[in-house]
Order: sequence, then structure tokens, then C-alpha cells
Amino acid sequence: MFEYDFMRTAFAASGVAAILAGTVGYFLVLRGQTFAGHALSHVGFTGATGAALFGLSPLAGLLGFTLLAGVGMGLFGEKLSERDVAVGMMLSLALGLGLLFLHFYTAAATQATALLFGNVLGVDDSALWILTLLAVCSLAALAYIARPLIFASLQGELAEARGVPMRLVSVAFLAIVAVAVAECAQIVGVLLVFTLMVGPAAAAQNLSRRLGGAVALSAGLALFDAWCGLTLAYYTDWPVSFWITTLSGLVYFASLAARPG
Amino acid sequence: MSALRFDNVTVRLGGRDILKAATFEIEDGELVGMLGANGAGKTTLMRAALGLAPLASGSIQVLGGPVRAGHSGVGYMPQNRGAALGLRIRGYDVVASAMLGTRFGFARLDAAMRKEIDWALDTVGARDLARRSIAELSGGERQRLLLSQALLGRPKLLLLDEPLISLDPAHQSVVVEIARRLRDELGLAILFSAHELNPLVNAIDRVLYLGGGAAVLGKVEDVVTGPVLSRLYGAEIEVVRVRDRFFVMAGGVEVERDAHRHENGHSHDHGHAHV
Repeated sequence: MFEYDFMRTAFAASGVAAILAGTVGYFLVLRGQTFAGHALSHVGFTGATGAALFGLSPLAGLLGFTLLAGVGMGLFGEKLSERDVAVGMMLSLALGLGLLFLHFYTAAATQATALLFGNVLGVDDSALWILTLLAVCSLAALAYIARPLIFASLQGELAEARGVPMRLVSVAFLAIVAVAVAECAQIVGVLLVFTLMVGPAAAAQNLSRRLGGAVALSAGLALFDAWCGLTLAYYTDWPVSFWITTLSGLVYFASLAARPG
Repeated sequence: MSALRFDNVTVRLGGRDILKAATFEIEDGELVGMLGANGAGKTTLMRAALGLAPLASGSIQVLGGPVRAGHSGVGYMPQNRGAALGLRIRGYDVVASAMLGTRFGFARLDAAMRKEIDWALDTVGARDLARRSIAELSGGERQRLLLSQALLGRPKLLLLDEPLISLDPAHQSVVVEIARRLRDELGLAILFSAHELNPLVNAIDRVLYLGGGAAVLGKVEDVVTGPVLSRLYGAEIEVVRVRDRFFVMAGGVEVERDAHRHENGHSHDHGHAHV
């Protein structure tokens, strides 16, 4: 299957996105913010359909909207109960707006399916470069804030007392999540972002009790899901996203069974 | 030099004076038990001492200098102990997260930091606990582990917010004993908040009692008396002492009893919820 150009590009793109998603996703699960990640992807849908309507690049629209929304959520504040409702409202608002954009955008049907369920086989070389560059920047930024991020996630009150700038850490992290969401949406679509961002991370948390080990495992599992999914799709001619979600789900439920204690 | 000094400190949150002109001074190397009903401001007082609560008036001195957030001389163990507790993460990683947690950049644990973490774990006898995942530990073991975390950076003043909460009496006495040892062996000043006086009464040097926004610091026998507590609670209080146990009564009912029930979110039927 590697004799085809589009397959090589698809493997590279899904690999890049999976490693980013698995790594960022671990912290998302650690912080209990998986819902925020889910909502960001829906906001991204609006960005992408809006961009398409105005003749701009969907990736740019997607990324712009998720980034804006991510920073907004980070600034929102700390109260989790209120935040869930606010995030949920933002999610529905965004999807509704996205629907309106689709309504006006007449060549909608294929575009919408690609956005919602991903189209990794349609990634071209220039998009691959952009994805790679974004992933490298995001991972570097994540590594830069990792120590305060871990401290703040595990023990918020203590971290605050020790002088960790909580708001800054939270905003920076959600900006990184926004990029990861945008990348994942290119591979599995906005509706299935969970499958790469949360599935592998949650499985890794079940399987490893070392922080560093769990992060690496999460990235590895995401890569496994993505590449095996692509391979299976190639031989069965079924949708890539179907296989990736199936593998991600299987790995997660297997990790539940294998969980020590 | 005093470890912690409050001068006329007023803290107002949501339009209510949580602390009103609180004035007291905790000496170096002194173990002080902090008591008071729920909502009396125990946690707020600690947050003020950490530089996290805005003062409406007054001033706070910490270890001879003005209060500030992130003071390296102050160790803290919050009551709400964070999301880490339900996670399957090694205790060591949780403790170590505090070591580098204030630094941005690509820092890694070096040998000196590992030695420091080992020292803190050994000081409270938590070296073996740190190998297990934090979700597997019992309440008492977890408290010991988190206590070691508060020792990182070798503070001179330790603020422990309700370290006895939801522990059975045996584990309570282990934690109190560790606090006593930290005072004796390391010379730490410790402010130890609690619901009940009795588990602490033999270990503490003095008691800091909060009520109605006021704070009274003194020897147990001077503070835990009918007249002083009546003033703090703004109600007629009677203190009954049976050997070295204290029972604080208002009109024949133990006053902390209802408060205690609320805190735990369910009523548990122990005949003597002590102060």
C-alpha cells in the first residue's frame, strides 16, 4: 500500500496527529477536561464550514475557531460546575451556527461528511507540512509548561499556594488542546476527536502508574490506533475513521479489564 | 522572631467579614492547634497566611517578613487535596510534582532533588508508600504522603488544614504524632487545624480558637473555658473537662456536633463529637 503517494501522506499525517493527540490527551484526561476537548471540536466545525463559505481554507478556519474558543474557556474561570454548562452551551451554539453555514454553502454534502468524520486520504503535501509544523510547536509548548501543568492538575490548591500562575497555565494548555483538536479533526473528523484524544490517554492511565510512562504509552497507543486503522481500511475499503474508533474502543475496554487492582 | 503574626487582620469575602481584626502571634517551633466551628474561617486564615486572601485591613508577618504568595519558608497541606487522590499515579510522582511544579521550561529531577524528596518521605516514614499508586493508599497513608510533600523545600512554618478529617482514631494519633515529631526534631512552627480538640490536646503547645471572626490564642486551659468560648460563639457555652478530654456544651448540647455532621455530609451516630 506504500506504493501510493496518498497512502504515504496519510500515514505521515495520521502519525503526526496521533502522537500530538495522545500526548495532549493524557493531560486532558488528567485534568478532567475531556468535555472541553469535545466541545472545542464542535466549535472547530463552525470555523471550518464558515471558512469554506467565505472561500478560505477550512483548516485555517477550524484552527482559528478552536484556538479562540480554547483561550476563552481557559479564561472562563475555575468553577467546574458552571463551566460544564457554559461549555455545553457553547458547543450547541457552535454546531447550530455551523449548520447555518452549511445551509448557505451549497456544495456542502461531501465537505460536511469530511469535516464530521474525517478524510485522512484527502490530506495533501502542503497540509501535511502545516500539520507537522503545528504539532512540533504544540509539543514544544506542552513540554515547556509541563511541570506547572502537572502540579496544577494534580494539586490545584497547593500549586496556587506555591505561586503557580494557574490561569496562565490553564489558558496555555487549552490553546495547545485547540491545536491538537484541529489536527485530529483532519484525520478522524470533529465528531470523533475523542477517539484519538481521550481513548488512548484513558487506556494509558489504566495501564501505567508512572506519569512519564503513561504519557509515552498514550502517544504510542494513539499511533497504534491510527496506523492500524489506516492499514485495515486499505485492505477492507471500509472508512478509516471506523477502524480507528473501533481500535481505540477495543484498546480502552481491554485496558479496563487489564487494570491492576 | 515569630513564625506567623496577624495584626488586626480583617478578611472580607462576599460581603461577609470572615476574620475581624484578628490579632495573634505564633512563635518559632510551636505547635498550635486551630479550632472553631465550620465557617469560622480556619481555611481562610491559612489562605491569608499564604498570601492568597486579600486583606481588607491589617497586616500579616510570615517568618519575620511581609506575607507573600509562594513563600518558600511555608509548607502547606490543603484540605481539599486535589484531583490526584483518585488517580492511579505513583505516590512518588505526585509528591515530586511539587518539586518542579513552579518552574516553566524543560527542567528534570536531578540527583539533589531526588535526595530531597527521599528525605521528606523518610521524615514521615512514607518511603514505601510512595511506590504505590495514590488511589490504593488508605486515608492515613495518603495523609502521611502528602505531609511529606509539604516538607519539600524545608519550610520553617507548616500550615496543615484539617489533616485528621475522615481518619479513624488510630490514624489520627499517627498524624498528630508526626506533627509533634516535626516540631521537636526540625523545630518547625506548625498551625494544625482540626474539628476536635481532644485528639490534639496532648501534643499542642497552644490553641488558636476562631469564632465570630475573632481569634484567641493561648494555653488550652486558658482558652477552652466557658467565658472565652461564650464570647467567641456569642452564646452561653459551658466546658466540661473529664481528665484530659474536653466537652464544649451549649445549653446541654455539644456545640460541634451539628457542624460535624454537615461537614461529613451524612449523620453518623457518635455520642460524643468533641470540640
